[in-house]
Amino acid sequence: MSAVLQRGLLYGGALLLALWVILPIYFIALAAFSTPEAVYDYPKQLVPRDVSTETLRFFLNSEGVLGSLWRSIEVAALTLAFSLGIGTPAGYALARFVFRGADTFRIAIVSTRAFPIVILSIPLAVMFLRWGIDDSILGVSLAHTALALPFAVLVTSSVFAGISVELEEAAMTLGCSRLTAFLKIALPLALPGLAAAAIFTFIISWNEVFAASILTLQNRTLPAQVLAVLEQSPLPYRFAGGFFMLAPSLVVIFVIRKYLFNMWGRVVR
Amino acid sequence: MATIAERRSLASRLRRWEGLPYWLVLPTLAYLALFFAWPMIQSFELAFREEGVWTLDHLRTMKNDLRFGEAMRFTLLLIVVIVPVQFVLAIGMALLVNAKLRGRGIFLYIFLLPLAISDLAAGIVWSAIFTETGYLNTILQRLGFLETPYIWLNPLEEHQLLFAVVMAEIWRSTALIMIILVAGLQGIPRDYTEAAEVFGASFFQRVRHVILPMLKPALQVALVLRVILAFEVFATVIAITGASTTVLAAEAWRWQTSNFDSNVAAAYASLILVLSVVSAGLILRLLRTPSERLLR
Amino acid sequence: MADVRFEAIRKTFGKVVAVDDVDLAVPDGEFTVLLGPSGCGKTTLLRCLAGLEKVDGGRVLIGSRDATDQPPRRRRIAMVFQSYAVFPHMRVYDNIGFGLKMQKTKKATVKERVHSAAELLHIEELLDRYPAQLSGGQRQRVAVARAIATPNDVLLMDEPLSNLDALLRMEMRAELKALLQQLGTTTIYVTHDQVEALSMGDRVAVMNAGRIVQADTPLAVYDRPADMFVGGFIGTPPMNFLEAEVSANGGAPHVRLGESSFPLDDGAGVRPGKVVLGIRAEAIAVEQERRDGTIQATVVVVEPLGSHNLLTVRIGEDLVKVSTRPDVFPEPASDLWLRFEPARIRWMDPDTRAAFGAPAPAGTEA
Repeated sequence: MSAVLQRGLLYGGALLLALWVILPIYFIALAAFSTPEAVYDYPKQLVPRDVSTETLRFFLNSEGVLGSLWRSIEVAALTLAFSLGIGTPAGYALARFVFRGADTFRIAIVSTRAFPIVILSIPLAVMFLRWGIDDSILGVSLAHTALALPFAVLVTSSVFAGISVELEEAAMTLGCSRLTAFLKIALPLALPGLAAAAIFTFIISWNEVFAASILTLQNRTLPAQVLAVLEQSPLPYRFAGGFFMLAPSLVVIFVIRKYLFNMWGRVVR
Repeated sequence: MATIAERRSLASRLRRWEGLPYWLVLPTLAYLALFFAWPMIQSFELAFREEGVWTLDHLRTMKNDLRFGEAMRFTLLLIVVIVPVQFVLAIGMALLVNAKLRGRGIFLYIFLLPLAISDLAAGIVWSAIFTETGYLNTILQRLGFLETPYIWLNPLEEHQLLFAVVMAEIWRSTALIMIILVAGLQGIPRDYTEAAEVFGASFFQRVRHVILPMLKPALQVALVLRVILAFEVFATVIAITGASTTVLAAEAWRWQTSNFDSNVAAAYASLILVLSVVSAGLILRLLRTPSERLLR
Repeated sequence: MADVRFEAIRKTFGKVVAVDDVDLAVPDGEFTVLLGPSGCGKTTLLRCLAGLEKVDGGRVLIGSRDATDQPPRRRRIAMVFQSYAVFPHMRVYDNIGFGLKMQKTKKATVKERVHSAAELLHIEELLDRYPAQLSGGQRQRVAVARAIATPNDVLLMDEPLSNLDALLRMEMRAELKALLQQLGTTTIYVTHDQVEALSMGDRVAVMNAGRIVQADTPLAVYDRPADMFVGGFIGTPPMNFLEAEVSANGGAPHVRLGESSFPLDDGAGVRPGKVVLGIRAEAIAVEQERRDGTIQATVVVVEPLGSHNLLTVRIGEDLVKVSTRPDVFPEPASDLWLRFEPARIRWMDPDTRAAFGAPAPAGTEA
């Protein structure tokens, strides 16, 4: 097969796959940005005509949506603060120190993935009820952190492993204590990787449906809210909700796309 | 494992200071013990105990429930269909990404998008496509393949619902598999494929005889991950099929939130856990490479 | 400015003994080189001095202070790392001044010291750049400048020239030596390159398997190696070692080498029996015909090196390297007669592999 034909096939394949991925997003955006009446239309418009924010506004004004939107942001922010706050020291320890139990710890962290969020959330609901934090953003954040923490540990570990230890050693010979060397040298250099991990943790929390649905009743997050009324909700509500939920991903993926391979590369060990 | 010389130089690189690493790791351990290990134990307690007595009642309730068999079957069907298709797709995407085409950056961005999309949103997106007044019918009608809209999501035709959910799930989660495979591909030195080419292997032969075998560790990780995630599939099914079909995770959700029965919900959760762990173990065992064949 | 003493230093990593009971005294102002093959413990010893490794036994003394339990930042040391460890997120100026900043030095003093260090290393015009914009050689200069700008009692260098290409390495060697001579700091320098060690150090401490085998001036280490390891490690080409037999059958003692023999002049503690004769390539004279006291050899290969020719010849079972004038071109497989310069012969005991009458290795005295 000639090189040109082969190239052509490759490009064709890539194009096809790209279209398959992007078209559904395009369609939902189309639906979200049309009028509620147009949402029920058939056949649907395939190109943007009569762009309107009415459907989106209808969604936002629906009961509980604005609050749930805000709550999703709060939960995601708390989750990322907790996960990185607790996980970064552990990641640093794994990267820099050889200590007994390090391997076991790492395996334990990796194997938490085998345990589904499903089996976690139900007893957590019972637990939170007993503690008085059921149906709260704190509760959901704690659950999400349990989910995101192993990821945070592994990613920060790989970030710090990528920073030569000699830099901190040099700082120590130049007058820094271990802590100062970490703060002045390791941390600034780790910042881009940590930021990417933070953003990804935010999105993990933002997208999480199951635990959020189980752990909240009045104070729902956005996915929980949408799911709860999904079966009874009218089409404009659904489409606008779907669009809102996936809109951040467009930005997030753009920002951290380079880091994704680094993040997952290490996990493949 | 590292040779003595390697381990020695590695150890000399890392400073051993008694105590400090343990303090750094402690918060994570404590958190996971409290919010992960403990709830897991609780989960088993909820599933297998009633009023302090060990019982299989909840399990029985679960098993005898009308929707149990359906949930089990649909879940397993999903896995059996999704995983092979998705892997072929992911390998294709990974190879494309690695092939350094022009516009690679854009392709990469697009391929990665679904990674940050929740299963609920994905379900809604594809329900908008498959619904009777949806985009699929619109396109088919415009292209002349249809006269009247076709009902893709017929609640009575399980295979149609399966198809729709499969599409949505593959669409949403192939990106994850692709990333793992690309990371694996990048770990394969080009020397090997170049040598194969010099010795006469065509593109497909190279893929089959050089790339895939060396991709095995990554494939293994991706497979285990994917199967575990598949047992957790939940919101996609609800978004697309409503209550027409169900999967195990959805049943757990319903028992908890609609029937307010944590015990049976926990029974479902335990079942999911057992299935996940067993599958993971099976895959790891079947795909294991004897250590003498590893090139580390 | 201070002297350094290692007393009975011991460092293990799990079961591996990296540094095995090492004693070494480095006087104030001296430039001592720790030389040895990979894994001999030289870098570990240096890191023990720096405080980057905790010793498992023994003491480290800097000046009169016992620094054994002090963290690196209290030891008043400066260190140049093999990978330079120049901070990528700071400008060259801030890199050089980092140690001073950590000691809360006044801004004006910092500026003055940074500039003078940069001047000494000829990198003043690079002060505003980031390390990523510099070449490897330039980064190395930044690392050295950073070390000398920071006030210190001892300067530590861990293979600072290893990552430079051959030509640059040679230039930097001379420059570094001149600079350090000018500064007069106590310096401990680790390298595996024996050329570097001989050319730069006031004293060379040769290490093998965690122990110091010989610590002496470069010339002494070169001419009077303490054992076969040192003789074989130092010098290009390494010292020749030949199996020989000393017999004293009622008369002048003779040395038998293969087919030939010659009288033994200066015994230097050699006893009759099997010995190893150590001699350097340039201490062997070539003669075209048999004479008294010459040894017969067969030419294997002639390598013209420009300034001299390196011949590989065979004596009995041994291959020997001989250095000759650049116009000597014997035919391969032809015969030659060699005369060993008696004063340059080093006699070794084949069982202990040490030189006869060698001083005890690793002197604790200067």
